[in-house]
Amino acid sequence: MKKQIYLDYAATTPVDPRVVKAMTPYFTGKFGNPASLHSFGNEAREALENSREIIAKAMKAESKEIIFTSSATESNNMAIKGIAFANKDKGKHILISSIEHDCILNSAEWLKKQGFDVEKLPVDKYGTVDPKEVERRIRKDTILVSVMHSNNEVGTIEPIAEIGKVCQEKNVYFHTDAAQSFGKVPIDVRKLNVDLLTASSQKMYGPKGIACLFIKKGTKIDPLLHGGGQEFGKRSSTSNVALAVGFAKAVEICLSEMSKEGKRLIKLRDKIIKRVLKEIPDSYLNGDPKKRLPNNVNVRFSFVEGESILFQLDSLGIAVSTASACSSPKLEPSHVLMAMGLKHEEAHGSLRVSMGRWTTEKDIDYLLKVLPGIISKLRRISPHKIHG
Amino acid sequence: MVKSFYSKAVLKHFDKPHNYGRIKDYDGLGKVGNVICGDEMHLYIKIAEKDKKEIIKDVKFETFGCVAAIATSSVVTDLIKGKTIEQALKVKKEDIVKVLGELPPIKLHCSVLAIDALSEAVYDYYSKKKEKIPAKLEERHQVIMKREESHEH
Repeated sequence: MKKQIYLDYAATTPVDPRVVKAMTPYFTGKFGNPASLHSFGNEAREALENSREIIAKAMKAESKEIIFTSSATESNNMAIKGIAFANKDKGKHILISSIEHDCILNSAEWLKKQGFDVEKLPVDKYGTVDPKEVERRIRKDTILVSVMHSNNEVGTIEPIAEIGKVCQEKNVYFHTDAAQSFGKVPIDVRKLNVDLLTASSQKMYGPKGIACLFIKKGTKIDPLLHGGGQEFGKRSSTSNVALAVGFAKAVEICLSEMSKEGKRLIKLRDKIIKRVLKEIPDSYLNGDPKKRLPNNVNVRFSFVEGESILFQLDSLGIAVSTASACSSPKLEPSHVLMAMGLKHEEAHGSLRVSMGRWTTEKDIDYLLKVLPGIISKLRRISPHKIHG
Repeated sequence: MVKSFYSKAVLKHFDKPHNYGRIKDYDGLGKVGNVICGDEMHLYIKIAEKDKKEIIKDVKFETFGCVAAIATSSVVTDLIKGKTIEQALKVKKEDIVKVLGELPPIKLHCSVLAIDALSEAVYDYYSKKKEKIPAKLEERHQVIMKREESHEH
């Protein structure tokens, strides 16, 4: 059988078998509804609240500040729209970074149609937002700033604590999307000075279909879902106990292994970057060389196109990702790379390699063995050559 | 078997494209697309006479682009090699798609690019020979040029 190497952990992760084991009883025997008053309800409620506490502690929050949602997309929608609607009397100005995930960008676009004033923050060549720029752009009518903790494409980690400090001083709500960061790097909501934070289960070996939103005590926010008043009245829906238990188990594992796993992945990450840049002519790193997620590599190659590289690697059993125009439904290059100032032709040849718990050094050696050949093969077909 | 984004035929042509490279002493060269858009195709043709008709004796391509762009380039060279110019100009994008089994709808424009590269190569050949350019070919040339301009950023 063909060797299969998964290097797309930033897209989604497999569920850790330990997580599956923890969740399983809650689908069948312990199936109760936490809102019920009988013993089945009690059992489910205890599991739900226990899970909430584990996740809260992991980010130094209080239990009551964590609400479960169905996805990071929902958490981000709620943060943006919920704050906007609850605070529209104060103002209508919202600041977001230009490299946010589509679920923030499109929520903000939708808010524009509802009469809100959305402004995008620029980034530097590494994809970093300047806290001073945030300070300059905050106005009297600014109600929310949202900047992601780390970027899903290029892995750059943003100066969240500094931006948070600016927002605190200006008395403006601050949200960060930590979907790619939580579980990989330490997250402390107090030190980060955030009012809202999104975390996702399926990026950290937990099940899909569950995520959470940290909402600091006292934050004025409207719910998206109205109903039975679950999740402290902020997010109605019958609680998904099994998935919450799985998410909490995933958080526990990530936290206990974070320091060792982080070091291991950084070593592999830097090995890929160093070798690729050295061995493949006209290759460049996208994103910050140091302030980046331990598991993210994003490189670009001149004269070739990302989707072609992806399928060449796929035919050898290696799964990676690209944000080239040809691979996007709109045939447009990545908004992240464009915001970082890359030209169209530079953005086309970008490749993201994202590693995780089951990535071995052998996998990386195999990638490094085949990649130079693939790039030179595609360059032989390309009308653009390195030397004229 | 799990269905993949591209058909087997597309991936086969992509992995081992036919007739790629340059013809140094080419008779016609068609350049379409541009690197800004992410697809660029160069098609070289060499013309010879056979039974008093001009045939495409050799054809080669160079393509910067995605899987579909490379696969359609490869197929178009197969379809026109050894054919008369008249026959070659009759190749339609549907003929390319037929060889490939299917193309994802979003990638259909790649087959148009391949056809355009071919008609531009023939246009170049006629222009160089100072031969009268058939009205239909001239019309297509104008359409292609206009589209290329609109893509300049």
